[in-house]
Amino acid sequence: MSAAVFAGQAAVPRQPSLGAGMALRGLAKRFGVKTVLRDVDLDIDAGEFVVIVGRSGCGKTTLLRLIAGLDAADAGELRIDGERATDCVRVMFQEHRLLPWASVAANVRIGFGPARNSAEAQARARAALGEVGIGERADDWPSVLSGGQKQRAALARALVSNPRVLALDEPLGALDALTRIEMQNLLESVWLKERFTAILVTHDVAEAVRLGDRIVLLEGGEIAQIIPVDLPRPRRRGDPAFARIEDILLGRLLGATAAS
Amino acid sequence: MSDAAGIASPDAATAPAQPEARELSPTRPFGFRNAIARAPLGWLAPAVALVVWQASSAFGALGDDVMPSPLAVLQAGVRLTLSGALFVHGAVSGARALAGLLVGGLLGIGFGLANGLSRTSEELSNSTLQMIRNVPHLALIPLVILWFGIGESAKLFLVALGVFFPIYINTLHGVKTVDPQLLEMGRTYGLDNKALFREVIFPAALPSIFVGLRFALGVMWLTLIVAETISAQSGIGYMAMQAREFMQLDVVVLAILIYALLGKLADVVTRALERRMLRWHPAFQAAAP
Ligand SMILES: Nc1ncnc2c1ncn2[C@@H]1O[C@H](COP(=O)(O)OP(=O)(O)O)[C@@H](O)[C@H]1O
Ligand SMILES: [Mg+2]
Repeated sequence: MSAAVFAGQAAVPRQPSLGAGMALRGLAKRFGVKTVLRDVDLDIDAGEFVVIVGRSGCGKTTLLRLIAGLDAADAGELRIDGERATDCVRVMFQEHRLLPWASVAANVRIGFGPARNSAEAQARARAALGEVGIGERADDWPSVLSGGQKQRAALARALVSNPRVLALDEPLGALDALTRIEMQNLLESVWLKERFTAILVTHDVAEAVRLGDRIVLLEGGEIAQIIPVDLPRPRRRGDPAFARIEDILLGRLLGATAAS
Repeated sequence: MSDAAGIASPDAATAPAQPEARELSPTRPFGFRNAIARAPLGWLAPAVALVVWQASSAFGALGDDVMPSPLAVLQAGVRLTLSGALFVHGAVSGARALAGLLVGGLLGIGFGLANGLSRTSEELSNSTLQMIRNVPHLALIPLVILWFGIGESAKLFLVALGVFFPIYINTLHGVKTVDPQLLEMGRTYGLDNKALFREVIFPAALPSIFVGLRFALGVMWLTLIVAETISAQSGIGYMAMQAREFMQLDVVVLAILIYALLGKLADVVTRALERRMLRWHPAFQAAAP
């Protein structure tokens, strides 16, 4: 990450990152005869916010699942802080994946894995819920939460163990426009505060420009372009520089359709 | 038996179990008032039937040798309660039902979980169990009498066998249909197999297990009635058969009513249990955990 990105951020001074850096080298994934990802090379800095955009079916989810260690690559190598292990990565999916039979707080405690029943987990789960703005819903069943609140709970579950990498697969895709903007603000403030490395998959161009330090454009399973976003945070949609990057992205995405 | 053991759709898992809850749901305006108004209405038809029955008996339209009057049945009930016979026979039948349910139910849950969790276990036993399921268990009565005589083990065996299949099938179905996304979530958070079972698989299968239990209760009483009627020396069914020999029609009808009462009691207990254990389920009007 270049220093220029941080230049305009007098309002929110950045601390040294707790996140992990990543190196993707020649990653490839096939399903049967179909090659879904090929030759993906990417370096991600510790604490960076990388957004992956691309048309539906271009392999975004597949790439994120490789990063999260949910699937194994057919070729290539993935290193997180030089190691092959992926257990410092937490994932947030488009579906909230909350257990309907556990209270919101108990769901967040799942984020501690084997240590989920400790007293520390109890306290930290409540703190995490407060941090994502639904502290008062800790004792409710997930079924009575709104869609946005469910995703907040899922975010709290992912954050409660202080992950070094947070991978997000279109976590806001199913939310209405207003809730989505709220959640984007929340994601950004949590990321600025916790300093993890964030990798967000989205098909929403404005969301990509709003949040990404860099935007990785995926086309047909390959990285087509990487666009740095050197704008101060928090970014505003009305800003001409914001709109310019949005236009470039959209043009590229629509051009990819025309070509295919 | 096969239809009783059938797998209910996910909706059926809770929908038929909760007619009252739906009546009280906010989607129906004045639902609460309706429910209050309807409660006595539900008793109207039985009450009318009772009056007609009593009147027919009193005016001789219904001969005593065909059907005793409700009053006569009530008198028989009082008589047998005072003599203690009703309690003894009722307790024996209840204990048989419970023992059979416990043995068959635990085996059903055990095999259902094992076969749902382990491919090897399923390959070993599932097709055999499915074959046995197609034999109506009541057809085994002659064989069971030859094997066990008319003692307690014969009844225990029959009830357990009858109860086993609905619970087995539904438990297996519950485990096999656990949301794979939740399983993946659990694994990504480092839950081991034991924790995954406790936190995800078992709670997910529980509504289905309850569907099996409710089917099983029907089979349980049916099996017990047949078994006690054919071969027993105590129990409600035996009481009815003995009364038949002495032409005590009032006791026969009483026995039938008591079976109905026991069936209702088991249903009420199961519902209460279900409401408590599945209180997270939206169909059970979620209260805070
Ligand atoms: N488990 C799978 N088996 C077979 N094909 C798959 C599987 N997962 C994804 N694919 C295919 O890989 C391609 C990329 O999928 P995905 O990564 O989910 O796309 P995106 O998230 O960008 O919409 C799609 O064509 C999809 O059909
Ligand atoms: Mg996807």
